[in-house]
Amino acid sequence: MSNTPVLRLRGITKHFGPLAANDDISLTLNAGEMLALLGENGAGKTTLMSILFGHYVADAGAVEVQGSPLPPGSPKAALAAGVGMVHQHFTLAGNMTVLENIMLGTEPLWGFRRNSARALAKLGSLMERFRLHVNPHAMVRGLSVGERQRVEILKVLYRDARILILDEPTAVLTPQESDHLFATLRELVSQGLSVIFITHKLREVMAASDRCVVLRHGRVVLETSTKATSAEELAKAMVGASIPQATRTPHPPGDEVLFLDGVRASAPDRGPDLDELRLSVRAHEILGIAGVSGNGQALLADLLSGIVAPTGGHVILRGQTVTRLTPAAMIRAGVGRVPDDRTGTGLVADMTVMENLSTEIYRLPGFSKRGMLNFKALASRAAQLMDVFDIRCAGPDAPVRKLSGGNMQKLILARVLSQGPHLILANQPTWGLDVGATAAVHQHLLDAARRGAGVVLISEDLDELFQLSDRIQVMYQGRLSEPEDTATVDRARLGLMMSGQTFDQRGAA
Amino acid sequence: MRLEPRESVAFGWQVGAPLLAVVAAMAICSGLILWAGASPLAAWGLLLKGALGSTFALTETLTRATPLIFTGLAAAVAFRAKLWNIGGEGQFYVGACMATWLGTGMIDLPAWLMIPFLFLTGALAGGLFLLIPTWLKTRLKADEVVTTLLLNFVVLLVVNWLVFGPWKDPMAMGWPQAAPVVDSAMLPVLVPKSSLHLGFVLALACAGLVWWMMRFTVWGFEIRAVGASLKASTFAGMPVGATIVRTALLSGGLAAMAGVSELCGVKGYLTLDLSPGFGYSGIVVAMLAALHPLGVVLSAVFIAIIYIGADSMSRAIAISNYIADVTTAVSLLTVLLAMFLTRYRIRWK
Repeated sequence: MSNTPVLRLRGITKHFGPLAANDDISLTLNAGEMLALLGENGAGKTTLMSILFGHYVADAGAVEVQGSPLPPGSPKAALAAGVGMVHQHFTLAGNMTVLENIMLGTEPLWGFRRNSARALAKLGSLMERFRLHVNPHAMVRGLSVGERQRVEILKVLYRDARILILDEPTAVLTPQESDHLFATLRELVSQGLSVIFITHKLREVMAASDRCVVLRHGRVVLETSTKATSAEELAKAMVGASIPQATRTPHPPGDEVLFLDGVRASAPDRGPDLDELRLSVRAHEILGIAGVSGNGQALLADLLSGIVAPTGGHVILRGQTVTRLTPAAMIRAGVGRVPDDRTGTGLVADMTVMENLSTEIYRLPGFSKRGMLNFKALASRAAQLMDVFDIRCAGPDAPVRKLSGGNMQKLILARVLSQGPHLILANQPTWGLDVGATAAVHQHLLDAARRGAGVVLISEDLDELFQLSDRIQVMYQGRLSEPEDTATVDRARLGLMMSGQTFDQRGAA
Repeated sequence: MRLEPRESVAFGWQVGAPLLAVVAAMAICSGLILWAGASPLAAWGLLLKGALGSTFALTETLTRATPLIFTGLAAAVAFRAKLWNIGGEGQFYVGACMATWLGTGMIDLPAWLMIPFLFLTGALAGGLFLLIPTWLKTRLKADEVVTTLLLNFVVLLVVNWLVFGPWKDPMAMGWPQAAPVVDSAMLPVLVPKSSLHLGFVLALACAGLVWWMMRFTVWGFEIRAVGASLKASTFAGMPVGATIVRTALLSGGLAAMAGVSELCGVKGYLTLDLSPGFGYSGIVVAMLAALHPLGVVLSAVFIAIIYIGADSMSRAIAISNYIADVTTAVSLLTVLLAMFLTRYRIRWK
């Protein structure tokens, strides 16, 4: 690895109103180096990369690529200087082929077809050189997420980028696809290219990067070679304090609280139909549902929330078959529901903290009488929950819209857990949350299980599932695998099942 | 140019901004008055004097405000639940028709019973009438903006047929109008020798009741929650369907009460020009009030001042009373803009 800097950021400062999103950030990237950029939400990672790529103009500071200054505010100049960005959300046209997508925006539209043979040759040599294979004539809409990401990377390489920036590249990938991605990135780096990847997954940083830079509140708080640090040190630097990790103390499971007996369901726009689902959760137990997003988890969550009724099979809650699935019926039956879409589904964003804490209980005796709300009871309950669940906001009358994601999730947990549910459905409960809030959510779920609730935890994050679950089932194409004990299951095997290989449906054999 | 939500807005601004906006609207319209060759100060002075300058003027203004309070409340309640009821005009006439049907001789009760009876039956008819498009919306996803708006014309054509046909009053010397309501159905006058009638008090009471309901009751909470997020209130297990039906009954009922009030308080008999668009103006009233039930009273009085005052002003200095329409329209724009700016701040790059 050579030590010639290909990219140098000096004293980058950017203010949004009174907030310093970037405060005097300097960093260098060497040729043939893989740099991880870490930080909590709002630490300034995305702002910094947007400045580098010319989407924002910095208030102060300069960017140098290969020793020459990059004019600010021009994505075109950044591209010309060899800086390429792979966004978290892909920017591909599904109804075009891989080759067309790569030519689009690079080659002039004039003579698009005529140039395609040359483009194909160039693409072929790139694929050969970096061992990144995709069928150039395949339609993008038929590709897997991992393949689409490869197309995005090829698109950047096609434009002769020497510096690749990847924003949360593994957020949508299976473990195998992630491994494949990092192998590709290694290959790029070994041929002299340089890579910056933005992430908050510490495991990836430790496994893949050469060096890491941690941002907090817009400042560089730690810059170190990966060999010289540990995941604990990085976590501490990101948060500013050490976060107590939620730990699981196994508890003998109690009675069955939920049994899905061959449940089928379908709903438009919610992924594949649920096909003969069979799962069982007992008191004190956390059952993890693993899977790549879009494999039916949303529909399973809707089903357990009472939004979607099954078209076949039985939903059995504590021995009772549920005949009419509605949200109100599920709440009455003691199901606590934590949806993945906090602002849209879980909360009424324009109403207050107190009102949102009340949406599931206001009709109960004690909180309303003869159609009149009992504000005194609702307010004292809200004050108590805000205290116990550490919901930080301007007050019970603050609109929920102004809360941070972590405080929104704590609000939902407060609403759900205060009702003493027998079963908890948690769908992506820590998605988009920072480390501190994630630890709090984990602790609440573990505490609820210890008190005797059964938990169905749907997550795309295998680390989270391994940390919390007693057993794990994999969801693939609307089907569920046999449950595996977390203590004995092999991570790689789960990964293969998530990608549909070696997937055996429960009860299918 | 970017928009940023403001962190917090002082209460003073929330009230002050719409008032400033109205002043701004009057300043803009002053240009038109100048163009028409009159002094804006004199014109506005005459307008205010014509609307508020004497007991008679004041009672005229409040009489005009009465149906606007009812239809404004109707729109405010429905819009709060995101039920876009543009059919206030039709529901107004449904209420008036009901009162004509029952009140022109079919039933005669002492006034203290007759008046509540006509208001309640009228409100029920208007509420049930709005259930038709509401049902089409919830069952067939038919856009209620379209269906409620078009039903206005259906109702007007039916009224047209009624006053030219079966309900035509033989004593009206050929005019297309229905028979007058019985004496016990007429609303008592509040101020002697004026047209201000009991309907105004009823309208104020309705505004207070609606405010109380929205603020303190389970139903009000549900209406606000369903309006703020249908998805989240469904998820929370709220009775969404029942809430929408309740909202429709209330909204249609309030608009119909405007019809009963005009029929039994002002005119006494049903004609095709009983409403000069009160149903539509109610939407403007509600928007000016930011859908607040008590604000509806203020904005209804404001619009009544503009219209009554403009008539008087145009008689005095010969400026077309269309200035009233222009002023209301410009006020609506400036007030909406002001309310937007109290929520967001504009940043120029």
